[in-house]
Amino acid sequence: MPGPDTLRFAGIATALLGGAIRGSIPYMFVSLGECLTEKSGRVNLGMEGILLMGAMTAFGVSEWTGSPWLGALAAAAVSGLLGLLHGGLTELPGVNDIAAGIAMIILGSGLAFFFGKQFTAPMAPQLPVLDLGGGIGNTAARAALRISPLFFLGIAAGFALHYAFEHTRWGLHLRAVGDAPEAARSMGIPVRRHRIAATAIGGALAGIGGSHLTLYFPGIWSEGISGGQGLMAVALVIFAGWSPRRCLAASLLFGGAQALGPSLQSAGVTGLYHVFNASPYLLTLVVMIASCSRTRAMAGMPGALARRG
Amino acid sequence: MPTPPVVEALGISKSFGGLRALDDVSIEVPSGSFHAIVGENGAGKSTLAKCLLGFHRPDSGAVKLDGMAVTTPAEARRAGLGMVFQHFTLAPSLTVAENLVLARPDLPALLNWSKEKERLRAFLDTAPFRIDLDARVDHLAAGEKQKVEILKQLYLETRALILDEPTSVLTPAEADEVMTVLRDLVTGGRLSVLLITHKLREVMAYADRVTIVRRGRRVASNEVRQMDASRIAELMVGSAQPPEQAIRRQVRERRPALEIRDLRVLGDQGLAAVDQVNLKVHTGEILGIAGVSGNGQRELVQAIGGQRGIESGSILAFGVLYRPSRSAIRRAGLLTLPEEPLDNACVAQMSVAENLALRSFEHPPMAKFGFLSDRSAIRRSAEAAVRRFSIRTPSIRAAVRTLSGGNVQRLVLARDLGGPDTRIMVAANPCFGLDFAATAFVHNQLIALRNRGGSVLLVSEDLDELMTVADRILVMSGGRIAHETLRADLDLAAVGRYMGGHAG
Repeated sequence: MPGPDTLRFAGIATALLGGAIRGSIPYMFVSLGECLTEKSGRVNLGMEGILLMGAMTAFGVSEWTGSPWLGALAAAAVSGLLGLLHGGLTELPGVNDIAAGIAMIILGSGLAFFFGKQFTAPMAPQLPVLDLGGGIGNTAARAALRISPLFFLGIAAGFALHYAFEHTRWGLHLRAVGDAPEAARSMGIPVRRHRIAATAIGGALAGIGGSHLTLYFPGIWSEGISGGQGLMAVALVIFAGWSPRRCLAASLLFGGAQALGPSLQSAGVTGLYHVFNASPYLLTLVVMIASCSRTRAMAGMPGALARRG
Repeated sequence: MPTPPVVEALGISKSFGGLRALDDVSIEVPSGSFHAIVGENGAGKSTLAKCLLGFHRPDSGAVKLDGMAVTTPAEARRAGLGMVFQHFTLAPSLTVAENLVLARPDLPALLNWSKEKERLRAFLDTAPFRIDLDARVDHLAAGEKQKVEILKQLYLETRALILDEPTSVLTPAEADEVMTVLRDLVTGGRLSVLLITHKLREVMAYADRVTIVRRGRRVASNEVRQMDASRIAELMVGSAQPPEQAIRRQVRERRPALEIRDLRVLGDQGLAAVDQVNLKVHTGEILGIAGVSGNGQRELVQAIGGQRGIESGSILAFGVLYRPSRSAIRRAGLLTLPEEPLDNACVAQMSVAENLALRSFEHPPMAKFGFLSDRSAIRRSAEAAVRRFSIRTPSIRAAVRTLSGGNVQRLVLARDLGGPDTRIMVAANPCFGLDFAATAFVHNQLIALRNRGGSVLLVSEDLDELMTVADRILVMSGGRIAHETLRADLDLAAVGRYMGGHAG
């Protein structure tokens, strides 16, 4: 017979796994979107605003049409437009992408809060979940294995992006654009078009991540719903060394850190609850300090970002 | 395989605003020949190349490839004309294979890497040298990168190749290797080469024919074997007399002025860029530091100038520990002439007069009562400096950024070398991008400083420069001093080997 401590540990581990899978989804989509954007040689700090717009749009459209899938699609479309706006703005002469990104945070969250104010319904129709643990008796384990289809979509997107970078003409051109824009231009690759496209698709991906925030349990809209995940996902791309597959792993890590507080609480550990809740932020800080120290080479960084100094 | 096209430029003229960059220039490169174009900076060589490639449309005259008029880059490309630029056009974090495939105009949307690799390997079998397809470009040495650039052009089926100063970032040995490859391709009938250069040695050793341009005009075009290097140089400069070389005088008192002990400096990537370097520059001596760029020279100069921190070791000026502060610079008379002086030694938006006063504005006579600056004293001293160093500027009130590179260099020299208190000068590639006359001027100023008992540490990528100016030469490679030689005993081949890091 396993002792009570073993059971309790198993409980925490199961809750943590479920929480990591749930919590990783926004990180996954935003970091993949940011990875794509940065591979083209641009930074989009506006992901936080885009994520919020995605969450709000998904909620609104899902509630209005009754179809959560349409909600997720609309989130991708609206966020893609915001990405397009950022991509277009930063191609204007004299526009700095960092400054434009900060403006995008403010614009995106402002728009989301403004339209979000109109919502009267407490909940919108939610995306279906895949009940992978249907036969398991343990309720905690069953809850952990109720997984959103977006999780698998995110994994697929990560591998698809990796494939695109390595095995398609578009991916090769995009990497050349991000690595050596002048060289790409001399080979007749349209630098501007690639950057705008990458930033727009990156925004759309982040929007899908946003839809998870409002279309998964408990499925409510609130202004604090993103909790800085959009910004943390930007840091995560650095941590993942600009590799889509490593973005997936890093997202699980960040999702797990985010689940630490709630899963300990569910197992009855209530001390230091707020400290554990702050773990994703601490993790971001640690990642930034570790990866931005002057004495470590930023391997994998697109050349256009490295040379801006 | 089609033969290389005949490349012709017929009476090309091109103006930019008021400046006539090309004035009725004609050139003919027969199929399968090696043609060199030489001229000073700004003579119009690059403009001519861009006209040939269709990037510039000439105001008058025509470009013909195999007798067919060419007006756009796409037409030039189709006719088999390609170019290797002065700076690498490879994506550094991609592999050699990826860079080569990238250049293919008919690349399919989905890449079949095994098929592409097979194609590349078959192509490499016909290439005159080996290269690792899976190596990342930024892990290659400069010479190998230049070879990949040439490979890329061959892969694109370029039949007539224009190269713009292709050896400027290579060691002498690497340069010879690349030029030999080109020569063999020409001899084998695969390629015509149009080489833009100012290295007369390359012209004499590899080219069939040479065209000399000066101020946008063609001044001569002839078989190389009917010319000699001094005649070509004369035609490039125009004046019958080459600039006079300052005479090097014996300096009697010799004591250490600048001394560097066990210096270790970290580079941008956090690795040791300067590693345990020891050196001494004496009074009345010019010590040259040779090496391919990126071997720690930049970091060494930055450390001496105070732009970069020191990890360990020490710098001494006249036996006293030296830490670059304004008062210490003044005390030791140690001044640096860094690379890219507009960014590193000037305030670009400030005027010529203000920049000339940067070293001494807080001291009399430019300052009154220790804090008020005397505008008229600053103006007088600036006017004197502009005259003495013939700085070409519309006025001393003009912003420094409006000056040409050569004149910015003159301004910095006027300020830092012209003063009577300068005793040690650390100069990094001070003649980069300057023409003959300006180069001679800088060299003469450095020799004049040496003759009056001053010391010069001259960091240069140009061996010819070190051989004319320096008394003693150190070779820097991989952040260390790899070799030391007196100018008189210099063995060019040995220096080249040490520069490439190939010698034990």
